[in-house]
Amino acid sequence: MRKVGVFVCHCGNNIAGAVEVERVTEALRSYPGVAYSIDYLYVCSDPGQDLIKEAIAERDLDGVVVAACSPVMHETTFRRTVAAAGLNPYLCEVANIREQCSWVHRDDIERATLKATQIIETIVEKVRHDEPLLPLAMSLVRRALIIGGGIAGLQAASDIAAAGYGVILVEREEGVGGRMAQLSGTYLNFDSTVDLLREKIEAVTRNPHVTVLTRAQVEELGGYLGDFKVKVRRQGNDEEYEVGAIVVATGYELYPQEWLSEYGGERYPDVIDGLEFERMLSPTGPTGGEIRCPSDGRVPQEVVFVQCAGSRDPERGVAYCSKICCMYTAKQAMMYKMQVPQGQAYIFYIDIRALGKGYEEFTQRGMEEHRVLYLRGKVSKVFPQDGKMMVWGADTLSGKGVEVAADLVVLATPMVPSAGAFELARKLRVATDKHGFFSEAHPKLRPVESLTPGVYLAGACQAPKDIPEAVAQGSAAAAKVLSLFSQEKITHDPIVAVVDSELCAGCGICVEVCPYEAREIHPLTKIAVVKEVLCQGCGACLVACPNKASQLRNFTPTQVMAMIGALV
Amino acid sequence: MRVRLSIRETRGEFVKRVEEISGQEILACNQCGKCSAGCPAAMAMDLLPSQVLRLVQLGLEEALTSETIWLCASCLTCLSRCPKGVDLPRIMEALRQLVLRKEGDRLELSALPADFLSEAPQLAIIAGSRKYLS
Ligand SMILES: Cc1cc2nc3c(=O)[nH]c(=O)nc-3n(C[C@H](O)[C@H](O)[C@H](O)COP(=O)(O)OP(=O)(O)OC[C@H]3O[C@@H](n4cnc5c(N)ncnc54)[C@H](O)[C@@H]3O)c2cc1C
Ligand code: SF4
Ligand code: SF4
Repeated sequence: MRKVGVFVCHCGNNIAGAVEVERVTEALRSYPGVAYSIDYLYVCSDPGQDLIKEAIAERDLDGVVVAACSPVMHETTFRRTVAAAGLNPYLCEVANIREQCSWVHRDDIERATLKATQIIETIVEKVRHDEPLLPLAMSLVRRALIIGGGIAGLQAASDIAAAGYGVILVEREEGVGGRMAQLSGTYLNFDSTVDLLREKIEAVTRNPHVTVLTRAQVEELGGYLGDFKVKVRRQGNDEEYEVGAIVVATGYELYPQEWLSEYGGERYPDVIDGLEFERMLSPTGPTGGEIRCPSDGRVPQEVVFVQCAGSRDPERGVAYCSKICCMYTAKQAMMYKMQVPQGQAYIFYIDIRALGKGYEEFTQRGMEEHRVLYLRGKVSKVFPQDGKMMVWGADTLSGKGVEVAADLVVLATPMVPSAGAFELARKLRVATDKHGFFSEAHPKLRPVESLTPGVYLAGACQAPKDIPEAVAQGSAAAAKVLSLFSQEKITHDPIVAVVDSELCAGCGICVEVCPYEAREIHPLTKIAVVKEVLCQGCGACLVACPNKASQLRNFTPTQVMAMIGALV
Repeated sequence: MRVRLSIRETRGEFVKRVEEISGQEILACNQCGKCSAGCPAAMAMDLLPSQVLRLVQLGLEEALTSETIWLCASCLTCLSRCPKGVDLPRIMEALRQLVLRKEGDRLELSALPADFLSEAPQLAIIAGSRKYLS
């Protein structure tokens, strides 16, 4: 019979304030299977953990119950403690007598004490029947797949390759560089994107560890963290790759102008969006870098920039702030003024969001040095009149409705997820938010991971971002991949489902209910098998199996019945 | 009524003159409103000081018709607090000068009643002369 040690924690006054821990400890001493029972002020402290280790050694314990806070807090801690004393960690369990007892029964010490005793007794029953388990080893392919070759994807690729690991970069266009390659200069210094990109692209394409696949897309994804199987369709042919981790960096596109009917809905050639204006400013663009009205090629003397064109508009556009347009609009207005010094640039805005190092100073420079006139109000309507584009807006600072007869109107339309992002997310089994941007695992603490293990996010595919942010996120995603690749081996929790082959009838119900695709019917034996690395131990198959052939390790019917027996 | 903004006004003679006389960059003001918030005469004004400056930024000469420019006491409270270092009292002075130069002086010293002259503090006479004579 198993010799179980019980360690009852006071948690200072947290538990001891409502539960008479000495009485509980005393009661457990005579419970069947319990060889040792003691209480302590803080079991999670170093001396507390030493108490467990010493008891295991001196009393030859082969099971441990720590009665303390929620297992979410310290299960890992205590399992590590018993492992250090030579005991299999899965023979240690936590009985939650804080969140589920002392905290909710502060006013009734008698009953709280009784309840704590009973909770611990159920866990003693569980431990008596726990089997020692070993973590499941998983294979780890030390090669990464990067989807999207914009600046975020390029950054992730170059960082991963620089550490000596293989990278497959899948880009659906003819070349890499993404949207950045379409820009003219960048704020804050008007640096040429061509120069900035050249270096980055060379670092990636010249690295022997990197395979760049252009005009290529991910067709299918199978497998899991450490061992994904990817089918890539490239120029009509399918190719298979094995990778251990995936970085999604599919970027953005702009909200369609045609949906902004009040601004012309793409009907007027002299109303363009920010990216079209970037092409005009770029030396490699259609006008060779000269700003011209698309209608007749004249140099525009008055240019109106319309910020928040479609953004911050939950009623008919997108509710979110596109975050980078305030900055690129300021940049574009300044670049216009540098080329056409005698011209006038107007910027209609709701707020000026210049949130970055040096950004506020940059927009102020636009006003002071380049005499850009900011008008506080959202433009209501743009229409042609006497050969010009009439812009109706307001200046709420002076309380006046205003109009400008502009030669050229540039709409700062919001970033939206790139076309096909949603379909890709489905293939990757990764969540997207209500706008279609890829969802991070935690908005504060896990910003570059998706909720799917092994799939990371970088750049504007996750939310509107500018280049420095996309680069930072590319490097952060690469760091996540590298910390995965630098592990000697990766393991999986062994609390997974098992099939009793004597009882399984091969009906396949479990295959259908498993939300993680961890089940299949074996083609030869015709009974259900568990793909252990995919199993998350949720228990859906246990409930579904009509023959009770499906069981979860260390949550067997014998255990559950014994636990209930301790209560009733 | 909708006001037409155009390069003729935003970069026109009026704006140029205000900037020349005041020596200020009118677009340096980011319309934070701190000047108006602290102005001791604001309660009597038809437009807030920052609104007068806004009209100038837009190139609108109606700034000249505001009572505010005459009510400004040149106390320099706004200047001492402006985050952008805009010398608004100088801009007020420039606006007054533009009116006075066009419409003539607003004060005839010889027409002031004798009993007023005997009672008014010397400083008021000097300040009044500065403000109402071009
Ligand atoms: C008008 C304008 C001006 C700007 N100016 C500046 C500026 O001055 N400074 C600044 O810092 N930022 C600026 N930006 C922002 C900048 O463009 C972005 O921050 C940057 O491009 C984001 O990089 P990314 O790699 O995340 O996405 P992207 O540049 O969009 O790259 C994504 C890549 O993924 C590829 N792709 C997409 N879907 C798939 C798929 N399913 N399979 C394979 N490949 C796919 C695309 O073809 C593309 O190559 C500006 C943006 C606009 C709109
Ligand atoms: S970044 Fe500026 S222009 Fe763009 S949506 Fe946000 S507030 Fe509007
Ligand atoms: S305090 Fe200065 S910056 Fe603010 S509104 Fe007045 S003049 Fe403009």
